[in-house]
Amino acid sequence: MGSSFRFRDDTPHEEPAVTLDAFLEQEDATAVRLEAGEDARQLIPYLDRLQLIEISFPRFRDGRGFSSARVLREAGYKGELRAEGDVLIDLIFFMRRCGFDSIVSEHSLNPVDVDAALNRYHHVYQNATDNAVPIWKLRHG
Amino acid sequence: MYKYDQYDQAMVDARVEEFRDQTRRRIAGDMNDDQFKPLRLKNGLYLQLHAYMLRVAIPYGTLNSQQMRKLADIARKYDRGYGHFTTRQNLQYNWIKLEEAPDILAELATVEMHAIQTSGESIRNISADQYAGAAADEICDPRPWAELLRQATTFHPEFSYLPRKFKIAVISAKTDRAALRWHDCALRIVRNEAGEEGFEVYAGGGMGRTPFIAYPIRDFLPAKQIFSYLQAILRVWNLHARRDNIHKQRMKILVHELGEEEFRRQVEEEFQNFLALGTDFPQAEYDRIAAYFTPPPFETGLSEEIDRSDPDFALWVDRQVAPHKAPGYAIANISLKPIGGIGGDITADQMDVVADLAERYSFDDLRATHVQNLVLPHVRKADLYTVWQVLREAGLADANLDLVTDVIACPGLDYCSLANARSIPVAQEIQRRFADMDRQLDIGELKIKISGCINACGHHHAGHIGILGVDRKGTENYQLLLGGSGAEDTSQAKITGPGFDEAGIVDAVERTVERYRDLREPGERFLDTYRRVGLDPFKEAIYG
Repeated sequence: MGSSFRFRDDTPHEEPAVTLDAFLEQEDATAVRLEAGEDARQLIPYLDRLQLIEISFPRFRDGRGFSSARVLREAGYKGELRAEGDVLIDLIFFMRRCGFDSIVSEHSLNPVDVDAALNRYHHVYQNATDNAVPIWKLRHG
Repeated sequence: MYKYDQYDQAMVDARVEEFRDQTRRRIAGDMNDDQFKPLRLKNGLYLQLHAYMLRVAIPYGTLNSQQMRKLADIARKYDRGYGHFTTRQNLQYNWIKLEEAPDILAELATVEMHAIQTSGESIRNISADQYAGAAADEICDPRPWAELLRQATTFHPEFSYLPRKFKIAVISAKTDRAALRWHDCALRIVRNEAGEEGFEVYAGGGMGRTPFIAYPIRDFLPAKQIFSYLQAILRVWNLHARRDNIHKQRMKILVHELGEEEFRRQVEEEFQNFLALGTDFPQAEYDRIAAYFTPPPFETGLSEEIDRSDPDFALWVDRQVAPHKAPGYAIANISLKPIGGIGGDITADQMDVVADLAERYSFDDLRATHVQNLVLPHVRKADLYTVWQVLREAGLADANLDLVTDVIACPGLDYCSLANARSIPVAQEIQRRFADMDRQLDIGELKIKISGCINACGHHHAGHIGILGVDRKGTENYQLLLGGSGAEDTSQAKITGPGFDEAGIVDAVERTVERYRDLREPGERFLDTYRRVGLDPFKEAIYG
């Protein structure tokens, strides 16, 4: 069971992700996992050397990870940003817009349905952390 | 009013297809109900006691005749020939089949309507002053900002799985007709000394089991920065709210726990981040939206005279008609509170009548109010008599705005799966008790609000007289509260003491009202007297 989707071309990072506490003790680690509720901003001094940040979604209703992801991308993080856990099809579009480029779901998600969900909306109303051009910009050139 | 362009239309069309696909996956068993529930809720679809309920968004309470006729068609085709206007200016259908819900959304999309984010843990449909664009006392029409925020908050990727629901209201008048400070985020448009437009911002309001009145978090926010500021509020809440207890996840609880100062500090810090990201909509987009809300072509040189020779009409004018900013025009309120009816309910045929009136006599403009009534915002005074005659013919000419029979009541245990007690029969019994028009007029302004459970959809915390239905050992029991307000003098009602059964609560209301009549000084409303004398004299009358 479970399924994963990756939306970047580089080689997947193979090192296991350490906990935030462990990372703050041994800053040479290159992969870290944030539990829901942990403060993503604590990672900001180390973003250059991090290659994978995994953000946990313990329950699909718990949307804290969307904000954590944006905080990291807004601070300039370029490495892999992975959503892990109770990830359902209808969250993935929003996750992509918040900067996630890797999904590891505990569910077996149908790739055709995922693809449909990702391509359903051709436009967006607001800026986020992706490159989508908001409708107001399309309206005014 | 606002008109969709190709982009807005594409968004709602895609939403219909998305929900069709989600419903298909649910029916095929690819999702369990726990997984489907948040998705259907984000499309306004609740599972109630007897059937699905669909809540249709009426952004900032504004709709046109074509939309009203579509609501009537849907009521006939998919429901039982009626709909229910809610305390958030929306419309609910009570008897919906899940498999037909995508078709209803498709029908709504043909008239630029939807049910997006009318429920669930999302940024809800934005409410506004129902007199917007017509009120004599407003600074400007608040709806362009409400529409801008509607777009900005639709499918917001960061804030679609919030800790709980999030409600926004926008007004621009000193008089508050929108229960402003009972919202999570309340915006009042003001001008600073330089004449610039901005918002007075209030945060952390809400009813439910732990009521809070929103506190002033910002005296003046430059209007064009509103989206940054709103996102800052949402991010602080989204990151820091509890997630372990659904009853403690509304933003008001976080504000209370952090304290107003600390919450403000965190919001200001996050606000600087959002300003730097450049996510605010440009002036050109505001101007584009505002152009849809330019005032209709009011005639000039109209008479201010109203022929009051018909006493029933004169009574209706006195109660239901409010001053308009344009000479010769008036705002006409349509009561959906006939004695013994179900407050907020309207039949499909009545919807058609109201749509015709809006089209002919109100520049095709119609409003829903949070008090579950309707408004024709721009009626020539010379047309009021004709309008009244048509309304009377349709059973819509009650003259009880803000009187004791203009009761707000949630659907309660007659419909709602969350309710502990029935609300509708209590409202009806109160109406019957006070049906006499002379008595109603003598009592004057008195806002009674009834909720069938602590979730407070019937706004009992904001009632001059509030009633809360609870379940006590398997029987319905009703608590009485006094002294609340949802107007500019916002206050939270206080519980008087032990509760009553269904007959007892109506008696208790009557004793309260009679005590007010004994105590009042000239010109005092019930609320004024209560505030002057306090709870004790009323407790004495109620409990003896």
